[in-house]
Amino acid sequence: MKGMTVIVKKTTQLIAGIIFLYGIYIILHGHLTPGGGFAGGVILAGSFILLILAFGSDFLHLVREERGSTLYENLAILIFLLLALSGLLVGAKIFFTNWLPHGTPGELISAGFLPLYNIFVGIEVAASILTIFLALVIFKEEILK
Amino acid sequence: MMNPLIPLLVAVPLAGAFLIMILGRFITGVPRIMALATLLLLAFISFWLLITGGAASSVYTLGGWEPVDGVPIGLYLIHDGFSALVLCIISLIGLLSVIYSISYMARYTSENYFYSLFCLMIAGMNGVVLSGDIFNIFVFLEISVISSYALVAFGVEKNELEATLKYQVLGAVASFMILFAIGFIYWSAKTLNIADIRVVFGEGGQGPHYILIQILLLTGFGLKAAIIPFHAWLPDAHSSAPSPISAMLSGVLIKAVGIYVIIRLFFNMFEITVGMAILITTLGALSMAAGVFLAIGQWDIKRLLAYHSISQMGYVIMSVGIGMILMARGIRSEVAALAITGGIFHMLNHAAFKGLLFLNAGAIEYSAGTRDLREMGGLARSMPFTSATSLAASLSISGIPPFNGFFSKLIIIVAAVMGRFYLLAALAALVSIITLASFMKFQRYAFYNTEPGKIQKEIREVPLPMLLSMVTLALICLLLSLLALPGIRETVLSPATDILMDQMKYSSQITGM
Amino acid sequence: MTVYWLCFILFLTGLYGVITRRNLIKIAISLSVMEFSCFLFLALIGYREGGVAPIVDMADPVKTYVDPLPQAMVLTAIVIGLATTAMLMAVIIRIYRKYGTFDIREIKNLRG
Repeated sequence: MKGMTVIVKKTTQLIAGIIFLYGIYIILHGHLTPGGGFAGGVILAGSFILLILAFGSDFLHLVREERGSTLYENLAILIFLLLALSGLLVGAKIFFTNWLPHGTPGELISAGFLPLYNIFVGIEVAASILTIFLALVIFKEEILK
Repeated sequence: MMNPLIPLLVAVPLAGAFLIMILGRFITGVPRIMALATLLLLAFISFWLLITGGAASSVYTLGGWEPVDGVPIGLYLIHDGFSALVLCIISLIGLLSVIYSISYMARYTSENYFYSLFCLMIAGMNGVVLSGDIFNIFVFLEISVISSYALVAFGVEKNELEATLKYQVLGAVASFMILFAIGFIYWSAKTLNIADIRVVFGEGGQGPHYILIQILLLTGFGLKAAIIPFHAWLPDAHSSAPSPISAMLSGVLIKAVGIYVIIRLFFNMFEITVGMAILITTLGALSMAAGVFLAIGQWDIKRLLAYHSISQMGYVIMSVGIGMILMARGIRSEVAALAITGGIFHMLNHAAFKGLLFLNAGAIEYSAGTRDLREMGGLARSMPFTSATSLAASLSISGIPPFNGFFSKLIIIVAAVMGRFYLLAALAALVSIITLASFMKFQRYAFYNTEPGKIQKEIREVPLPMLLSMVTLALICLLLSLLALPGIRETVLSPATDILMDQMKYSSQITGM
Repeated sequence: MTVYWLCFILFLTGLYGVITRRNLIKIAISLSVMEFSCFLFLALIGYREGGVAPIVDMADPVKTYVDPLPQAMVLTAIVIGLATTAMLMAVIIRIYRKYGTFDIREIKNLRG
């Protein structure tokens, strides 16, 4: 896949990092403000997709990246499941129990498990949207060849 | 104390699916072992719950959110007599399909994707069956059907892709109808919990969209269950998939996400009305008759079996519908119970024999390399085990004693006669005879033809894992007929019927009223 | 009331597109139209007259909030819709590779 013009490349260079940070902000404040894991994850994936579209990439590179993002996707969802299962062992012994201390509402570190869930959902969504994008691009490259 | 095994039924296959994807990249051979271990554990849990749970139903609230003033908040998993049976057939057919796949899938690549999607499909179906919340039913349904879309297309050839396209477009339309209906339900009832919706609807809060909701849900889940006006995708999808997946789709998926949900919603969520009951019975009778007539002319084994799936599901829906009509009119409740028992029993039996028949078709394709009946011949000599097990399954589906199909069809026909639906009883008997004719054709052309077929290569019996699962399923076909005995029927089938007959019991155990 | 009818009309528009269009990509777009009519409907039934976003304000907790549950349902359904659309597009690309066309009339291997 070919890259784009120098104007696009320069603009992408400038804004991709900011988009990435914004995604992280949305994920971390998921339990306090609108947004959360899914919205933040889509923004994170958006910054990666922007970079790939602007700078281009060769076929083998794309395949390797797709394998990597699949691995992160599976790891994130597995950790999410383990966090949910940990409720079966601790405290009230109920699946999905929020057994961490809840803290004061409105602070960044509060609400027990919810920020953790948001973080792993964010990684999962970012990795899976990147995987979908890469898979479709790989299909297209295969047809063009 | 809530039973901690219930959430594991969903969590174990999910964890299995993701572990297979992670470990399968680094170590070859891990995916099949992981999948086998996952399914063994699931089968153990579901049978343990069936034996120890018995007639009692247990409710699991995720996160421990207790009801407030009798209004349930949070997510509920409900394990009762009916869902226990469906869970058992899911894990049993799933386990045998995995054993079968060990040899069958050896000629396909990407083993880890196959087993991972398989575990995801199982997780989705278990979730649909356990969930006590209409929106979660939708979510789990999508998990299982999206993985089945991918599994149908697993061969990535022309036919597979065309079949999965049809399946996906119709499946997506069905999903959006279900989502629209869920929106209407939330609008009029202001709750998503099935038990709570029942309470709200029972108190007269049905709202102006009551009929629309019922029609949308019947259409949506009818598309997933392939009742006759919505059946167009089923023969293509079920015949193009790899054989163990065909066995799962036909044997379990259309029941767990189609028939089970229709029965659950129309008995435990809506109040039964005569009009809706007559509509369901008509659809059932129609698919029973039309499915078998469409099956007669088929020469492709798997298409023939797929059309028979439509017909046999028609039996289940018709018999449950007869029960609904009788319950709506408030007469002869013991006949209604008999009809519903017959329907549930036939559903279990169909999982066993249709799973076995698809595995047989896969074995024939594996050895002979063709699915066309006209090209086969004399396979009984070269493939004795496949021939014997497929004979058992054919006798079972056509309703010959002592196989299980006979008993469930007998119960259905007896219930129809006792409920004075003489026409439907005659139709059921006639369809059974045509089914027998169709399977005699299958047996004669495939196995007992004396003149040699057109296949030139030497045909051998299939490898041991495939034989093992086929023989086990044939034994299960025989053993399931024991369920018709009076003593065993009360302990296994009656709890399922009771939860459907006693309409308020399902709600009262959750809302606590 | 009109907005609900508009939602329903949007749903029927999508259904019309799925039934009549012959290009696979257009069928996928029509399915997305159906999907988004459902999301719009869900978001609308959660709306209350004069409601604000459902974030509890510690200073003034008694306010009219819009119903947050349909919004959560829409988010979940969007994720599912993403999976469905991605799956459909992958299959359509594969079909284009095998058949060399997007026209649904040309794709008829399975009959009977």
